[in-house]
Amino acid sequence: MIVDAFYAAPALLILALGFYSTIVRDTFSATIGFIAYGLLLTVAWVQLHGVDVALTEAAIGGGLTGLLLVRASARLRPTEALARAEAPGGAVRLLAGLMAGGVFVVLAIAVLSLPDPAPTLAPQAAEHMAATGVGNPITAVLLAYRSMDTMLEAIVLLLALIGVWSLAPDRVWGGRPGPRYNADPEGILAFIARVLPPVGIIVGIYIFWIGADHPGGKFQGATIVAAMWLLAMMAGLADAPPINRRWLRILLVAGPAVFVAVGVAGTLTAGAFLGYPDGWAKPLILVIEFALMPSLALTLGLIMSGAPERPAAP
Amino acid sequence: MSSLVDAFTYIAIATGAFFFLAGTVGLLRFPDTLTRLHALTKADNLGLGLIVLGLLPQVDGVMNGLKLIAIWLLVLLSGADAGQLIARAARRTMRRAAPHREGRAGAAGPRTRAMEPTAKAGGQP
Repeated sequence: MIVDAFYAAPALLILALGFYSTIVRDTFSATIGFIAYGLLLTVAWVQLHGVDVALTEAAIGGGLTGLLLVRASARLRPTEALARAEAPGGAVRLLAGLMAGGVFVVLAIAVLSLPDPAPTLAPQAAEHMAATGVGNPITAVLLAYRSMDTMLEAIVLLLALIGVWSLAPDRVWGGRPGPRYNADPEGILAFIARVLPPVGIIVGIYIFWIGADHPGGKFQGATIVAAMWLLAMMAGLADAPPINRRWLRILLVAGPAVFVAVGVAGTLTAGAFLGYPDGWAKPLILVIEFALMPSLALTLGLIMSGAPERPAAP
Repeated sequence: MSSLVDAFTYIAIATGAFFFLAGTVGLLRFPDTLTRLHALTKADNLGLGLIVLGLLPQVDGVMNGLKLIAIWLLVLLSGADAGQLIARAARRTMRRAAPHREGRAGAAGPRTRAMEPTAKAGGQP
């Protein structure tokens, strides 16, 4: 009974928060609801023993996406009343509601008709883990069995950054992203931006390093490092680099490029794209992880910083 | 011995949970932003501290215990700082709403002005 409540409480709260975020009129309230929703989803993943997914949800789903939405809602605030005035008519809303309801019914039928126990590839994944040399089955899946997906994810992030940059007006193209933050140098924000990053960077690298054998990995670690960078930028202690810098562009593509290079090398040495020759799996996975981590941190930090708004000259 | 340790864990965690509950009640019942913030930050720090204290005897290895303490210290640091930032933003809004009356936290006159951040784009939205 108590155990049921332990599982049911977060599930019910998630449903309630999802409902709240959807129906509330104010964009900022919806955003706060969504962040709380992400944090509760993290709790649900921990309850399901998906600690890797929980970490990713907390870092990217709740944290970075939350910050992105808070900034977007702050920017949209002046136009909020205007947007509300031209809300779609009743027919469009009815149609949207019907379509959402239809998707819900299909999903519900699919979930309810799943076989019990659900089909799983876990035994096969565990069986061949020794060949990959890593101790965390999630990492084995992400970087050995399904490394193609992970490679495409890293490239998609790069495309997202190009999408953000392409919103820049022509006159500041190549300039610095976002506004220049001028916080009080003696203030509390500057204080925490000095105290927290040394700890945060170590925690980020720790989460990245531990990912080979325990829950963690480069995405979660890179998110934490990117968050520390953003903190320093918001406190005015650091400034975003102009996006036309050669070193910046090289660092951004270095990670995905190494991943592709290892993949191409696999066609020659192991007979398949992204194949690892015998005994080389662990070192090659490490090479990919080490190359990806800085690129990911930089990409995530720059996506958060937004489109260029100021010319490159300080 | 071990049942004594377990009893300590139960008591500490229950007390911690009580402080979380008290903080939440304060958040819902207190009249304005600053008092609500006070209830929340104080209760969270103490509540989490007691829960960490209760969990310490249950962990295996010194490293895991140190990690728990590090988590508590980080939450203390970020909670106190976030509280300061929200309070500062709230005071600024209050003053804008009623310029002739000082906000609850603001002392009168020049001291308040000296404490005011010089920033425009400072504390986040």
